[in-house]
Amino acid sequence: MQRKLTLGLASGLLATLLAVSSSVSAQKSATDDIAKYREMIADGNPSELYEAAGEDLWKKPAGPKNATLEKCDLGLGAGVVKGAAAQLPRYFKDTNKVQDLESRLMTCMQVLQGRDPQEMVDAPFQKGPKKDMEAIVAYVVTASKGDKIKVSTNHPKEKEMYELGKRAFFFQGGPMDFSCASCHAENGKRIRLQDLPNLTEQKGAALGWGYWPAYRVSSGQFWTMQQRLNDCYRQQRFPFPIYGSDVTIALSMYMSKTANGGTVETPGLKR
Amino acid sequence: MKNTNIKKLLTIAGFIVAASLLQNVAEAQQKNDPKFNKMMTDSFRAEGIAGLDRIQQDETQKFCSDPVFANSKQGEKMREKIQKINMDSIKQPSDGKYIGDWKNGEKIAQSGRGATWTDKADTVIGGGCYNCHQIDPKEISYGNIGPSLAGYGKMRGYSQEVVTYTWNRINNSKAYNACSNMPRFAHFKLLNEKQIQDVMALLLDPASPVNQ
Repeated sequence: MQRKLTLGLASGLLATLLAVSSSVSAQKSATDDIAKYREMIADGNPSELYEAAGEDLWKKPAGPKNATLEKCDLGLGAGVVKGAAAQLPRYFKDTNKVQDLESRLMTCMQVLQGRDPQEMVDAPFQKGPKKDMEAIVAYVVTASKGDKIKVSTNHPKEKEMYELGKRAFFFQGGPMDFSCASCHAENGKRIRLQDLPNLTEQKGAALGWGYWPAYRVSSGQFWTMQQRLNDCYRQQRFPFPIYGSDVTIALSMYMSKTANGGTVETPGLKR
Repeated sequence: MKNTNIKKLLTIAGFIVAASLLQNVAEAQQKNDPKFNKMMTDSFRAEGIAGLDRIQQDETQKFCSDPVFANSKQGEKMREKIQKINMDSIKQPSDGKYIGDWKNGEKIAQSGRGATWTDKADTVIGGGCYNCHQIDPKEISYGNIGPSLAGYGKMRGYSQEVVTYTWNRINNSKAYNACSNMPRFAHFKLLNEKQIQDVMALLLDPASPVNQ
């Protein structure tokens, strides 16, 4: 209750801060105000609500097989959640594929619980089975908070995925000729007042990759990396990237490998 | 003494040869990769107005998706060719009018809407100009991917040369810079002729707040 009140007050303050700053200081980045907001709720990121729900879902028997996800192997062995998100995406022998957190979780849900991954792929974000996924993702990524990003490209399939991702990053299309690189390949750039990390360099990639998934203040929602990428492509005026598709995993591989050595700050808190 | 100098020179020369060889490798045009193509085809689906034709690249998009080659010495000829294709596609205004209404131009410059899969076919597409440019100095929420356009006409003057250049640049920026980050507003029918005339006025009407 008290936490909710604090969050409400902080949100109000943020709105005021943003309003004041846009009328008073001409060229101040909104980032400073977001930073203040982050400080205010440092011990109360709304992602905690998702995380708690996710932990319950992880341990609760579900699906046709009425099983939990506690034996799910995210790359560090069956059931190991601590530190798992920091080393994803990676190659998995059982599926013979490079998988990101969400595609791997779909595999676990299918194998352990007997759930149909297509239902997850087709569900809209923030609804139905995706809601469960978002909570579980919040739980898993919180367990890597503070760890170093350490993604490997030692396996040939990992290396290949990285190269495909790099190429996809620069792939222009759509009626506005945009690629990821149109906005994210130079330092110090902004869209309106929104700072854009340069994802082609370690520092910028760590700022981007390291803070997603995140709670978005503007929408009041917890966004997974898949949703983040999906909305990037929407604004690029591309067609719809299928949930868990290879292009999304390849881009994640490119960003995370570039971010290696940076710190996992997830769940982040974003505008 | 002399001997060491020669040795040094040889080492340096070796480095230069090696560096230029490396550069040659880096500057070969990106090969068509069936694996990449398959990944792209399999990873997207049509949604609303955003069809799969949007990832069928034209020559300009293909060229600019390989920035290492596009910016290299070897890419120069191709750059010129791409610019010519885009220049040739530009149409001058059918009614001979270049300058419309700057107030309407400001509205177009403010709007970043349209052409996404959450938009309808009849959603009016904005110019999204402030996303990347400073324009009217009173608007403080502007991006910096493109250059500042504050004082655009006042600084350059209002000659026919400036007017035509600006018309061309808004219609198809790739006519001057093959891989400019700016969308080709007329080429992909993002803005119609009247809208472009209005945006032109925002930059080139002496009464526009941009030129105060």
